Amino acid sequence: MNAAAHTQYDSIVIGGGHNGLVCATYLARGGHRVLVLEAADRLGGAAVTREFAPGFRVSACAHLLHLMPPPLMRELGLEAQGLKLAAAGLPTVALSEDAHHLSFGPGNLAALAERCAADAAALAEWQSLLKRFARALHPVLTGTPPRLGTVAWRDACALLGLGWRIRRLGRRDMRELLRIGGMCVHDLLEERFSLALLKGAVALDAVLGSNLGPRSPGTVLSLLYRVAASQGADSLTLPQGGLGALSEALARAARAAGAEVRTGSPVERILVSDDHVAGVVLCGGEEIAARTVISSADPKSTFLGLLGSEHLDAGFVRRVTQVRSRGLTAKLHLALDRLPQFRGLAEESLRGRLLVAPSADYVERAYNHAKYNEYSRAPMLEITIPTLADPGLAPAGRHVMSVIVQYAPYTLAAGWATQRTPFADLVIDTLGAYAPQLRDSIRAIELLAPPDIEREFRITGGHWHHAELALDQFLMVRPVPGAAQYQTPVPGLFLCGAGCHPGGGVMGLPGRNAARQVIREAA
Amino acid sequence: MSRGAANRYDAIVVGAGHNGLVNACYLARAGLKVLVLERNPYIGGAAVSRRLYDGFTYSNCSYVCSLLRTEIIRALELPAHGLQIIPYEGGCTMMRDGGHLAVYDNHDAMRREIARHSRPDAEAYDRYVRDMLRHCRFIKPLLLREPPDPTSFKPRDIQELLFLGRHFHKLGEARMYDTLRFFTMSCADMLEEYFESEIVKAHLSGSSIIGTALGPRSPGSAYVLLHHYMGSIDGAVGAWGFARGGMGAITQALAASFNASGGTLRSSAPVEQILVRNGRATGVVLAGGEEITAAVVVSNLDVKRTFLETVAPEHLPPEFLEQVRRFKIRGSSGKLNIALDGLPHFPSIPHDSPATRGDMHITDTLEMVERAYDDWKEGRWSRAPYVDMLIPTQIDPTMAPDGKHYMSVFVQYCPYRLADGEWTPERRQAFGDTVIDAIARHSPNFKDLILHTEIRTPRDIENEVGLTEGNIFQGELTFDQLLFNRPLPGYAQYRAPLRGMYMCGSSTHPGGGVMGAPGANSAHAILRDLGRL
Repeated sequence: MNAAAHTQYDSIVIGGGHNGLVCATYLARGGHRVLVLEAADRLGGAAVTREFAPGFRVSACAHLLHLMPPPLMRELGLEAQGLKLAAAGLPTVALSEDAHHLSFGPGNLAALAERCAADAAALAEWQSLLKRFARALHPVLTGTPPRLGTVAWRDACALLGLGWRIRRLGRRDMRELLRIGGMCVHDLLEERFSLALLKGAVALDAVLGSNLGPRSPGTVLSLLYRVAASQGADSLTLPQGGLGALSEALARAARAAGAEVRTGSPVERILVSDDHVAGVVLCGGEEIAARTVISSADPKSTFLGLLGSEHLDAGFVRRVTQVRSRGLTAKLHLALDRLPQFRGLAEESLRGRLLVAPSADYVERAYNHAKYNEYSRAPMLEITIPTLADPGLAPAGRHVMSVIVQYAPYTLAAGWATQRTPFADLVIDTLGAYAPQLRDSIRAIELLAPPDIEREFRITGGHWHHAELALDQFLMVRPVPGAAQYQTPVPGLFLCGAGCHPGGGVMGLPGRNAARQVIREAA
Repeated sequence: MSRGAANRYDAIVVGAGHNGLVNACYLARAGLKVLVLERNPYIGGAAVSRRLYDGFTYSNCSYVCSLLRTEIIRALELPAHGLQIIPYEGGCTMMRDGGHLAVYDNHDAMRREIARHSRPDAEAYDRYVRDMLRHCRFIKPLLLREPPDPTSFKPRDIQELLFLGRHFHKLGEARMYDTLRFFTMSCADMLEEYFESEIVKAHLSGSSIIGTALGPRSPGSAYVLLHHYMGSIDGAVGAWGFARGGMGAITQALAASFNASGGTLRSSAPVEQILVRNGRATGVVLAGGEEITAAVVVSNLDVKRTFLETVAPEHLPPEFLEQVRRFKIRGSSGKLNIALDGLPHFPSIPHDSPATRGDMHITDTLEMVERAYDDWKEGRWSRAPYVDMLIPTQIDPTMAPDGKHYMSVFVQYCPYRLADGEWTPERRQAFGDTVIDAIARHSPNFKDLILHTEIRTPRDIENEVGLTEGNIFQGELTFDQLLFNRPLPGYAQYRAPLRGMYMCGSSTHPGGGVMGAPGANSAHAILRDLGRL
């Protein structure tokens, strides 16, 4: 199929992950002739469902969909493209070693209130405060970051608009936002809550996917970001068929909009001619021309791998090299003979997400080890058993357990080659403290440590978010100043992946914002 | 109980710490009749020289000077009143393998020293210093300015916000991003963008953790590094020096300047309560019952001590008190003050090197600094503590008898409260021993020379100096407690929620260190309110 040689494309999107597909959809709807090139044999990037043991399927990385704003999903028409949710509004169960677990969910704080009325009231107040902040910050957190020092009308408006929306919060809320914006979640938890289990659960949400601990300033921002990105919805949902089903729906939406999507087509190089992007070269040698190339690959792969530093000035290259993208999150997949029994938990409760984060201090201690390229003997875990709501993921009566493990550093002092098995065993033993017969029911294990994620999903550093989410890699400096509005120093080359604002998580906003930016610039 | 005109003043300053004295000086110079009241029999707060062992003078709390604003030194004529700050040369970090990194004031000498450890780092050093100076220049004008209230529509606040905006904007787009990043990064990440060798990174990271509840990998610690970098001696930015006669010389000079301006200073005069009537401060009552009236009362105490202990709660809004309780002021620093029979020998430092005449350190990797922080989080003193050691008697012989020496050892980290209970004399000794053992590993004759040791935990510092939880900054320097958040949102302009009452200590902008800026800024606010400007 070599129609490409004769087809004229306006834009090429490198990478058929969720951001690439969203970007392509908007570009196609904007009238572009778009070609999406995905290196792997299937679309979705890290948002795929993989068969890790015969008959057992699991979402490869993220196992819950909760950050993609509902309005975006509606705009993309995902339901019409076949996306179904197996479950929504999942509760959270903070596991306790004494089996006295804490369960809470959207709009349901009854169990918490029974244990500690003050904490339930405080949590309700905190969630409503977060929603107010999220409303004020949403446009900035989800739109193109404004440039500083700019004379562009659009950017000035964005900045003023942000200031105005923050002021409209009212004096009290505004002061609180300015106060806690840069705070560490540990201190926030100390101020507001008393139950260790609750503090652990909130701390987990604040640090999941980041390279920080609860005592690191900036972790409250992560909480804000979660709520703001999803426009306050923040409902934990399970797509039927895993996250791969989302990617398939996104692919259908892209094709329905008119985009051409190719798999098994790894890009070797981005072509530049006369200081402007001219297209790409595939690994097979095929050249495809286009005046616009949008890469959803991580910034290092894009600039240092596909483009080549010879097209960039030394200062920019240095900045890109220094982008922090050290993977810190691993995934453990278990194929189970039967549904595990958790002490003190009814089967119904296993449908929610289970957390092993019994206190904020526990999370901090787990984080400590990561700083020295070690893993903790008491890791932090987020667990789902998706087969309860979505039995199609495993043979009848069997189950899948999907575990996000933090902190598992990309660079392990002892080396992952020798540590994969001990690490997997450690996680299983940790789970075993809550579900004693778990080990006996395991038929197959798959561990994806950051180096595996790097290799499988072509993400430098194996970091799920392409670049760490931290105050200094956020908003108008994400991934680097000079490339924080999806544009790059090379005319015609844009970024649209998780390494851009607003960041990682299965959100789709980088893709959409980048497409808008491209269309604006072409106009 | 004496009343009458003799006990009536225009302004009372509670606490004769360096900020209180600076504040009082400015008020007195403006013509106010000012009284400073100090609880202890000696003045100075944490900037004191104490004779705790025969013949030796200890700077037993703060120990070096750099941040004291030159504007203040000049305005209050402190050199004329006896203040002499001697810049010190040298400094080093001693390595566990017997090596060392020496510190030189001269840029080229420092560069060559770094090159000894890593050539690329020596090149990066030029860039590092240049960038740090740029950040210093950015922040300097903000130190002596009252923070704006971003929620207010008052012309003054809008003006100040615009000033800050313009000041930031003047950097130009590229530099604005650099500045944003610098102020939000961790010290370790920031240093890793310049340097590759552990010793250079470890050495430079020390100032990022002094007095904090942070480690070098904590976001925001790069700012703390800058905070300690932005002082200057005789125009040399980032230079540190000794006050001749110990840190008490600073507060003695301030007291002399104050007296020369007609001020009255009373020590051994603990203030029991600040008097309030109809929402207005009217004076103070001392522990003995003596009442003194003034229309302006300024507190040099930290914000917790001021509002939770010195003002009756019924006079303050409950929400305000809640905010005060929430203010973070956790102690993390310890101090050893040691009288030595002679100069200790440090084999890793070459003979005749000036390295021992400045601040000496023994933590040679970032990991070691960070692990020291991990210990504090667990409620333990650091097993391998970060120390900042100085022997000022090498330059200022007045502090000890001939041939003998005083060594000041500042320690991170040491908790205010231990995980396994309160501080006891045994535990304090054990903490001291940890520090002494750590130093002794680099100096074989060190222990033999020890004549006397004063070991101070945050608890001791709190008891003696009145700093809540022994936090040396009167409140932590984190984003949520800086600028318009310091000490509390809505109360970051030196004014208390009571008319006529003000705050002037390090709990206010721009924060701690022996700077004097809070005291000066507060005086400025008072004088403006009185229409005296």
